[in-house]
Amino acid sequence: MEWITRNLPYLMAGISVGGQYALIAIGYTMVYGILRLINFAHGDIFMVAGLIMVYATTVMPIYIAIPLMIVATVLLGFLVERAAYKPLRSAPRMSIMISAIGVSYLLQNLALYVTGGLSQQYPPIPWINDTVTVMGATTKRVTLITPVLTIILVVLLVLLIKKTKIGMAMRAASKDFETSQLMGIKINSVISMTFIIGTFLAAIGSLLFFTNYTGVTPTAGAMPGLKAFVAAVFGGIGSIPGAVIGAFIIGICENIIKGLGWTTFSDAFTFALLIVILIAKPTGLFGEKATDKV
Amino acid sequence: MSKKAKMIWNAGLIAALLATLFVLEQVLPSGSMLFTVLKKGAIYALVAVSMNLLNGFTGLFSLGQAGFMLLGAYAYAILTIPVESRGSVYQYFDGGIIQFTVPVPVALIAGGILAAVFAFLIGLPVLRLKSDYLAIATLGFAEIIRAVFQWDKLGPITNGSNLLRNFPSFKSVLYPFVVSGICIALIVLLINSTYGRAFKAIRDDEIAAEAMGINLAHHKRLAFVISSFFAGVSGALLAMYQTTIQASMFKSAMTYEILLIVVIGGIGSVTGSCISSFLFIACSEWWLRFLDNENLYIGGFHVPLLRPGFRKVVFALVIMVMVLFYRQGIMGTREFSVEGIRNFFQKRFGKQKAVEGGGSHE
Repeated sequence: MEWITRNLPYLMAGISVGGQYALIAIGYTMVYGILRLINFAHGDIFMVAGLIMVYATTVMPIYIAIPLMIVATVLLGFLVERAAYKPLRSAPRMSIMISAIGVSYLLQNLALYVTGGLSQQYPPIPWINDTVTVMGATTKRVTLITPVLTIILVVLLVLLIKKTKIGMAMRAASKDFETSQLMGIKINSVISMTFIIGTFLAAIGSLLFFTNYTGVTPTAGAMPGLKAFVAAVFGGIGSIPGAVIGAFIIGICENIIKGLGWTTFSDAFTFALLIVILIAKPTGLFGEKATDKV
Repeated sequence: MSKKAKMIWNAGLIAALLATLFVLEQVLPSGSMLFTVLKKGAIYALVAVSMNLLNGFTGLFSLGQAGFMLLGAYAYAILTIPVESRGSVYQYFDGGIIQFTVPVPVALIAGGILAAVFAFLIGLPVLRLKSDYLAIATLGFAEIIRAVFQWDKLGPITNGSNLLRNFPSFKSVLYPFVVSGICIALIVLLINSTYGRAFKAIRDDEIAAEAMGINLAHHKRLAFVISSFFAGVSGALLAMYQTTIQASMFKSAMTYEILLIVVIGGIGSVTGSCISSFLFIACSEWWLRFLDNENLYIGGFHVPLLRPGFRKVVFALVIMVMVLFYRQGIMGTREFSVEGIRNFFQKRFGKQKAVEGGGSHE
C-alpha cells in the first residue's frame, strides 16, 4: 500500500502526460498519413495555442477565452496549411518538410517577439485546476480528466473517420493520394479538414498540458511536439490507435524514469525506446508494412 | 578550359580570397561584425557541406548533425583545457580526471574521430531505416548524446551540464577559413571519386545501385561516418569560436538551421551550401540588426513594430519566401566555378565574342 501511494503520483502523471501527447500525436499521424509530411510546425502551433490563451484571458473571462483560443488555433493551422504547404503540393517531399521547419522557425520567432522572450504565466483554469486526492496521492483534477477526455475525443475521431463521408475521403486519400483525386475526392478540402482536426486536438492538448506547468515560453512546444511525433512513429505513423497507445506508453515510461530519479534521461529514454522499436519493427507497432516494388 | 588552367584559376581564387581576408583583418577594427559573420559562416559552411554529403549526395536524410558537433566540440574542449585551469573549470568535480592536454590540431582531429566512431556505432542499427524513420532515429540519437553529456556521473570528464571554457581559441579569421577550406576540399575530392559516384547512384536509385554491384550498407556507413567526422571537426571549430560550450547549446533547432542552410544553398551543391551559410549567418546576425532598434526614424517617421526580436521574425519570413519561391535553392545542383561564370558570360555576350575571337572549343 505504501508502495502504491509513493508511486501512484508518477503513474497518474504519466497517464495524464500520455493523454496530452496523444492529442498532439494525432495531428502528426493524420497529416503524415495523407501528405507523408512530418509537420514540424505542429508543436509550435501547440505552443501558440498556449500563448493565445495567456493573452486572451487578460482581456476576457475564461469561458469566452477557451472557445476563442480553440477557434484561433484551428484558424492558424488552416492558414499555415494553405500558405506554406498547399503551394508545394507537387514539389519534392523534402521542400514541403523544409517549409514546415520554416513555419516552425517563424512561429517560434514570432512568439519570441511578442512575449519578449519571457515565460508567460498560464492562467489557472477553474475546476480542472483544483487539487484532488486519490488513494492518498494529491494531484490536480486535470490529471484525472486528461485520459478520460483523450479517450472520448479519440473515440469520436475514430467514429468520424469510419462513419462519415469526409472520414472515408481521408482514408482514401491516405491509402492512395492520386487515385483518390481521380475518384473525385476534393483533396484540398480533405487536407484542410485534416489540419483542422489536428490543430483542434492540439489546442485541447495545450489547454490540458499548460495547466500542469507554470509558464509558456517560445520554445515550449518543441519538446512536447517532438515527443508526440516520436509517439506517432512509435505506434506506427498513419495509425490513430497506434499514436494514442504510443503516446500513453511514452508518457508513462517518461514519468516512471523521472520517479526513479533519472530526470536527465527522461527525454533520452523516449528516443532510445523509439530506436529499439524501429529496429525491431521498422514501421512502428501498428504501421503498415512497406513493400518496395521494383 | 583545360584541367590545368582550371586548377590554376581555382588556386588563384583561393589565394586572392585569403589575401583579401588578411588585408581586411589589418584594415578593419577587430570588433567588426564582418569578422563574426566570416568566422561563423566558415564553420557553418563546413557543417552544411558535411550534411549535404549525406542528404544531397547520398540521399540519407539524417538529422543528427548537432549531436556530432557536440561530440567534436566536447572532445576538443576536454583535450585542450590547460591543466592549470582545470581546477577552476571543473570546480564541482575536483579538476576532472583528464590531466593532460594535446596540441590544437590533434584535438581538432580527435573531435572528428570521436564523432566518426559514434557515427559508426549509431549507423550499425540506424542505417537500415529508410527516409523519415532514419531522420527521426538520428534526431533521437542526437538528443540522447546531449542528455548523456549532461549527466552528473560523467561530470569528471564532461563537467556535467556546466560550461567548459578556457580552452585555446583562434583570433584570426584565416584560421576557420583554412581548416574549413581543407575539410571542404577533402569532401569535394571524395564526391568526385568513385565513392562519390557510388553515393550519387545510391541517392538516385537504391535498387538500381545495388544491382550495379554497389554495396549499399558499406557505402551508406561510409558516407555517414565521413559526414560525421567533418561535423565533429566543425563542432570543434565552433567551440573555438564561441570560447565556451555547453551541451544544451546543441539542440535539434541547430540541426534544423543547418538543414535550412543546405536547402537554401541547393541540395547537392557544395558551393551552394558555402554561399548560403555565409548569407544565412550574415542575415541572421548582421544585416537585419537595424530591425532590433526601437528608435529608428526615417526622415522623422518613427518606424513602428521595431523592437528586439523583430529581426528574427523578418528573417524567418525571408526564409519562408526563399523556401516557397526558390525551391531549388540558390544554386540548385549546379556548382559555382570559373568555367560556369565564363560560360554564362559567353552565352549572354556570345554573339559579340563569336565575331571578335571566333568560336571557342569547350
